[in-house]
Amino acid sequence: MGRILLSLTAFAVAGTAAAWLVLRPLPLPEDALAGLDADVARGEQVFRAGGCAACHSAETAEGADRLVLRGGKRFSSPFGTFVAPNISNDPVTGIGTWTALDLANAMLRGVSPDGRHYYPVFPYASYARVTLQDIVDLRAFLATLPADPSPNAPHEVGFPYNIRLGLGLWKRLYLDDRWVVTGDLSEAETRGRYLVEALGHCGECHTPRGALGAMDLSRWLAGAPVPAGKGRFPNLTPSKLTWSEADIVAFLTTGLTPDYDSVGGAMAEVVEGLSGLVPADPAAIAAYLKRVAPAE
Amino acid sequence: MKTFLLTITAATTLITGAAVAQDAPFAREIKVRQGIMGYRTMNLAILGAMAKGEVEYNAEAAQKAADNLLAASTLDISMLWPEGSDDFANTDTRALAKIWEAGSDVGDKAQALVDAATAMQSAAGVDLAGLQGAMKGVGDACTGCHEAYRASAN
Repeated sequence: MGRILLSLTAFAVAGTAAAWLVLRPLPLPEDALAGLDADVARGEQVFRAGGCAACHSAETAEGADRLVLRGGKRFSSPFGTFVAPNISNDPVTGIGTWTALDLANAMLRGVSPDGRHYYPVFPYASYARVTLQDIVDLRAFLATLPADPSPNAPHEVGFPYNIRLGLGLWKRLYLDDRWVVTGDLSEAETRGRYLVEALGHCGECHTPRGALGAMDLSRWLAGAPVPAGKGRFPNLTPSKLTWSEADIVAFLTTGLTPDYDSVGGAMAEVVEGLSGLVPADPAAIAAYLKRVAPAE
Repeated sequence: MKTFLLTITAATTLITGAAVAQDAPFAREIKVRQGIMGYRTMNLAILGAMAKGEVEYNAEAAQKAADNLLAASTLDISMLWPEGSDDFANTDTRALAKIWEAGSDVGDKAQALVDAATAMQSAAGVDLAGLQGAMKGVGDACTGCHEAYRASAN
């Protein structure tokens, strides 16, 4: 009998250890950023292309207030409501004390400085493809932004999704830094792919999601319902987006559609964020979108 | 007799139809302001086509479109925006009630369009680069007001 108990205990311990191995957060090696120097001006481009302000500024922020990243915006999903955290320079409520490595672990691995999984509402499933150099530059730019002491609100997520360790399994299944569109791409298309698939995280809204909330890469950019809202994020593949590249560039830079109506909803914030990108970047996005596989 | 009755019926239908159209609150104001919006769009489309390279740049045509855009942005159209002429009163409009609420900065948004159209008017006839550079300001003014005071399309 004692032996059976011992076996059971050993089995349980082994099982827990195995589960931990599968589910544990996986940060980058300590020296991952060795030799990389920060460039603040490039970091601002990363910040704009990455759309940080669209989620982390206050709900009604306009103009310079968009650079006060105090969080608080709410995001509904089938798993609960997530609240954007404060990522201003405040050392207590924000990320003022973060190193570039902390930011890299957050963006590439979805891991917090204290070793916990972030929910993938923070789009690390896309940011996983971002270069280390861009993250180092972004860290330097974020350090130039204001500090704001606004407190962080907890996410409103019920069981079982409130067990963060379970996200380890989600990451095993879905966290993938490979490119979605592959093949022989021009220099502009390659840059566009980086902007769309990595920094711009366009797929997070425009790609439909499966049961566990991961992007369905087989229907990349095919459009998706707005969570807990009306309407759809439009299909950006060539089967539906028939705008010319010039139309796409004009839309991304001026917010005007080919009918000269104005950009609406969440995309208005994206366009606002993209302003100030070097002109080649919107053109690269347009070139890339023409290479995406058509999907209905 | 039959023809007479038919005529009466047709006339009644017309009158009823007209009455219904007039019954919709603020129908006339909404129609006219949408017409002015359409005229702005029409001129902006001329400028946009040149900015994108769809149409060859023509200084004279660009200047005319920019003059029209500015004129259509500086009209006093306050009589077209009576309080309550919102999307709740009449589903033909997407204008939100907050246009008239305390704290509304709709006047600032309108001024932003005047400023952007003024910049376009000084740039459009000079050269293509100037026209292209002024497009963003106009687009931002459109978006700024629409996102604040226009109901979402879906």
